[in-house]
Amino acid sequence: MAAESTEEKTNKENTKVDIEQQLGETVGEQFTKEQKFSLRNVDVFYADNHAINDISMDIAPNEVVAFIGPSGCGKSTFLRVLNRMNDTIDICRVSGDIRLDGEDIYDKKMDPVLLRARVGMVFQKPNPFPKSIYDNVAYGPKLHGLASSRAELDDIVRTSLKRAGLLKEVENRLDEPGTGLSGGQQQRLCIARTIAVSPEVILMDEPASALDPIATAIIEELIDELRENYTIAIVTHSMQQAARISQRTAYFHLGKLVEMGPTEKIFTNPDHTLTENYITGRFG
Amino acid sequence: MNNNTEIIKQTLAKRYAKERRFRALGMVSVFLGLMFLLVLLVGILFKATPAFTQHYLSVDMNYDASSLGVGNNPTVSELEGANYRGLIRNTLYEQFPEVTKRQDKRELGALISGSAEYQIRDALLANPALLNTNTRVQVLLDDDVDTYLKNNTHSGRVSEQQIAWIQKLEDSGAVERSFNRNLFTNGDSREPESAGLLGATMGSLYALTICLLVSFPIGVMAAIYLEEFAPKNRWVDLIEININNLAAVPSIVFGLLGLAVFLNFFGMPRSAPLVGGLVLALLTLPTIIIASRSAIKSVPPSIREAALGLGASKMQTVFQHVVPLAMPGILTGAIIGSARALGEAAPLLMIGMVAFIVDVPQGFTDPSTVLPIQIFLWADSPERAFIAMTSAATIVLLVFLICMNGLAIWLRKRFEKQW
Repeated sequence: MAAESTEEKTNKENTKVDIEQQLGETVGEQFTKEQKFSLRNVDVFYADNHAINDISMDIAPNEVVAFIGPSGCGKSTFLRVLNRMNDTIDICRVSGDIRLDGEDIYDKKMDPVLLRARVGMVFQKPNPFPKSIYDNVAYGPKLHGLASSRAELDDIVRTSLKRAGLLKEVENRLDEPGTGLSGGQQQRLCIARTIAVSPEVILMDEPASALDPIATAIIEELIDELRENYTIAIVTHSMQQAARISQRTAYFHLGKLVEMGPTEKIFTNPDHTLTENYITGRFG
Repeated sequence: MNNNTEIIKQTLAKRYAKERRFRALGMVSVFLGLMFLLVLLVGILFKATPAFTQHYLSVDMNYDASSLGVGNNPTVSELEGANYRGLIRNTLYEQFPEVTKRQDKRELGALISGSAEYQIRDALLANPALLNTNTRVQVLLDDDVDTYLKNNTHSGRVSEQQIAWIQKLEDSGAVERSFNRNLFTNGDSREPESAGLLGATMGSLYALTICLLVSFPIGVMAAIYLEEFAPKNRWVDLIEININNLAAVPSIVFGLLGLAVFLNFFGMPRSAPLVGGLVLALLTLPTIIIASRSAIKSVPPSIREAALGLGASKMQTVFQHVVPLAMPGILTGAIIGSARALGEAAPLLMIGMVAFIVDVPQGFTDPSTVLPIQIFLWADSPERAFIAMTSAATIVLLVFLICMNGLAIWLRKRFEKQW
């Protein structure tokens, strides 16, 4: 028995080593001419756990970048590097050069509050505040003093809801609690809340994973429209979704960026065997 | 597959039997618990009822200047020092002209409560025009007579002669039983018939006010800091362990601490609700911190992320989202903690709140006692009438506690929100 399990273990370790050997330099085109975000040699540690291993990439303005990869590959962690949400985790340490419009966002001079106003985030699970629909959307603008009058605030709320495709459904019940909406509506409310602050970049962490196909379709359409004004980075588990909405796709594996390139190329003719294995469904 | 179905079927009966047994046990425990509570409450209520009524004697009182030993136009100080006891006795002797021996006269006079003379005095001082007029007044009967009338048993505290007199007074309709107002309007007294709870109730209220004013802000702020801002290191762990331990420290230890620090070091007044409240605040603090921390912890992290993701600062996130959502839990903790403080007697014994105090406290530094200690004092008193008074005081304390719990539930409902 004991001998057998040891043998199994060795086998497993062997496969792991094989994969790690395949994980070399990132292949594809991870750099762009114009850069909204430019990241060089980013490492993230959770205590001793090396969650993100030497990743470099660019995110161009007004593009939708999709992050795909098996569970636990670090794509959500990587997304949270971009607006310093990882700061809230005590044991998390980030190193590397991360620039938004050329400014180092991990510089001491960079205020994380200001950064998060510029880089908005939509979470996996819809998380509206237990307040009215109106207050949910108005919270950000009020926080940053973006509206000088009630009329202006009303205008921001309505515009944001409209752009999130929610206004028609909630127009007559803005004072009802946001938590009373359906899951898909709640997620669009969260998107409206995020765009009410007029960020430059929107990060989305599997925004449609808790939604039914119809609500997902609405959100996907919305992302496509938002691209005109915003840069969007989206983590998704659905490869079809990545293929539908993104211009470029990044494939993560075990904390490394394996391959990045135009979405069409990644899904039809990837350069790396790991990417190919993943998109053809052989693991992940 | 079929095999499995058979095996599962066999275990099913066992599983259901287990469930039935467990449910039966649960029902028995609930029933037993309720029975104990019922026995306790009914017992206290039954014992307390006599204390809520009292026997009075209605007599025609002639505020006779000569009986009082004053002139026809007395000054206030003359009126204050007049012989009211003599007046009451004379009124009684007139009712029983056959009583002539000194011994018997003394026994007759003992039917009336010792507090009656002050009642008469206050009435006359409030309205000096009553002098030399005839008015019908109600005076309190002595507690032994009152106890005899309530129980109708011969306890040896009243003599055969006294019983005969009382019988006669009762037959003439002069003895009346009415609601015991003294219980709610008087301070403590050695005479059970005029002892009341107002002093202790006010003392409890003052002490509780101080307790909440001190422990609530400190407790909530400490909980917010520890839960939201403090770094996770050994020092914070140590503080956390110590707070949990403090909640389990016997309350009398806090009393000793209060005695050493507040009385001996800071020289604060003895027996004062101010010091009592501070000691109770120390006692309540760990409870409030623990309850507030768990309430803050139970706020979903997604709310914090949502606020931080929009660019709210840590402070804004905590005070605009986390604390409002944790408020029902925080308030419940505070009220449960102060309800415990309200029922504490031991720590207050150490700072002198066990003294016999007649006056109703008028402020935070006046000497006073609190309800649980009043119960303790009365339970310790030898007069029979104090048995019922002790139960009555217990009921007042229970009503106080029920009101506070009701307030907690109401506040909870008000602040509760769905997310």
